[in-house]
Amino acid sequence: MTGYDVVVIGAGPAGLAAAVTAADAGCRVAVLDSGPRPGGQYWRHRCDADGRGHRDWATFVDLRDRLGRVERISDAAVWFIGSRPDSPRFTVHAGSRVVAARRLVIATGAHDRVVPFPGWDLPGVVTAGAAQALVKGQGVCFARRVVVAGTGPFLLPVATTLADAGSTVAGVYEANDPFRYARHVRPVLGAPDKLPEAGRYAWRMLRHRVPYHRRTAVVAAHGTDELTGVTVAALDPRGAVVPGSESEVACDGLAVGFGFVPQVELAVALGCATRLDRDGSLVLATGPDLATSVPGVYAAGEVTGVGGAALSLVEGQLAAGAAAVSLGHAAPWSARRRGRLLRAHHRLRRFAAALHAVHPVPAWWLDRCDDDTLVCRCEEVPAGVVRRAMRELSVCDARGVKLTTRVGMGWCQGRVCGYAAACLTAHEAGRRPTVADLTGYASRPLAQPVTLADLAAADLTD
Amino acid sequence: MMFTFDGRPVPSDGQQTIAAALLAGGIRSWRRTRLGGRPRGVFCGIGVCFDCLVRVNGVPAQRACLVPARPGDVVESHDEPQVRA
Repeated sequence: MTGYDVVVIGAGPAGLAAAVTAADAGCRVAVLDSGPRPGGQYWRHRCDADGRGHRDWATFVDLRDRLGRVERISDAAVWFIGSRPDSPRFTVHAGSRVVAARRLVIATGAHDRVVPFPGWDLPGVVTAGAAQALVKGQGVCFARRVVVAGTGPFLLPVATTLADAGSTVAGVYEANDPFRYARHVRPVLGAPDKLPEAGRYAWRMLRHRVPYHRRTAVVAAHGTDELTGVTVAALDPRGAVVPGSESEVACDGLAVGFGFVPQVELAVALGCATRLDRDGSLVLATGPDLATSVPGVYAAGEVTGVGGAALSLVEGQLAAGAAAVSLGHAAPWSARRRGRLLRAHHRLRRFAAALHAVHPVPAWWLDRCDDDTLVCRCEEVPAGVVRRAMRELSVCDARGVKLTTRVGMGWCQGRVCGYAAACLTAHEAGRRPTVADLTGYASRPLAQPVTLADLAAADLTD
Repeated sequence: MMFTFDGRPVPSDGQQTIAAALLAGGIRSWRRTRLGGRPRGVFCGIGVCFDCLVRVNGVPAQRACLVPARPGDVVESHDEPQVRA
């Protein structure tokens, strides 16, 4: 088993920044990533990519070029991390590979958050991230005439990427009202490159004649074997559907996303403390140096609270710097540079908080989720079964719902339905979702499927 | 380069995953669920949701969005035995 000072898990913006920083500080570093190429979801690309259609591509190229002394292990989805109670020493398992680490930086990122609605499991309905990944990573448009819906600024790159790649974008339906950024002037001015970025998307949307609708949601998807259209409806300021406002839009593709779910399961399995972030996500609790509650484990990027690539780059540097210093290395930066990083961190966190305040998950889906609407796609559990478990079996929390209904116990282990199941449970119980509700869906002994052949081939000699 | 999906030849550009090549070939669904017999294809596109499962060269339950399409691969739809109509 090969040993490293610092093992970084995830090669997106946070992980790459962490790996480069730790190596600069003199650490022996490995970065493990589930993808075939570094970049994560943000810089997902084909092997001949020239950066066209990518944001901050120069930053990616710079980080990639500086990976020199870092051991890069790709196609390596980590399924388990072993730890010792007495000292911070970890064994990281990916397939049959095992690497040992004195410090860990968890930079596993996030995946799309979706909420259930009638028809959401029809072929042709995909997550916003899937639509983006298929174009950027595969050169494929998933449908010809597409509706983009949900909430958050991510809908704009998705719509423009699809339009650039040849799809007709029938409309972008943003559930919230972006004019509410006007109530958050200081955070917006504190992230000065966000405004021109929004302007560039607006220009590209205009050029492709993509209609943009605010306070509007896709409330149902239609079709028998494939998607043929969606119902859109206006939302009131509280996020409820305005009665009588429904209309139909013909499309063969729907890309939908309501923010992101941080992938915290590896850290949760290690025992790292969690908290609820402002967007309702379960995230890792970290100190100012991005240390988690478990000695030797640091976290960076979306797992500490969804905030975008710029924030992830800053956090990756801070986490790796702290890890290197804890191993006795000199800090990889001057006091002045560390001050600049901390100020940028504060500013970008404040912007992320504004973003979460402007783009909450709207409440309509809880009313529109009829008893037949699937909550859990893998185990095909409809909302009615969850409601009945709570009413007839006196189940009162998300863990109880999981155990009695099999919600979140199928292939995806609650990655897709966990958030919605926790919200539905809390809604039926007349309260808000808690850390315990969400943790029920984030605790998985194994983070990825592993074959018996990989287990048998693993080199477990210490 | 070509692989076969349920016996039909499907082209791929050599870099694509099975899911991407199937979508590019106009195939949007390749699995039926075991309880409701519902059609499924790509949903998350990044290996999270397991909705796009296929059988590849006899090995079941492979995520089509992660597995690269290789020339000569025999890919089959992943219809599961119906448990409940």
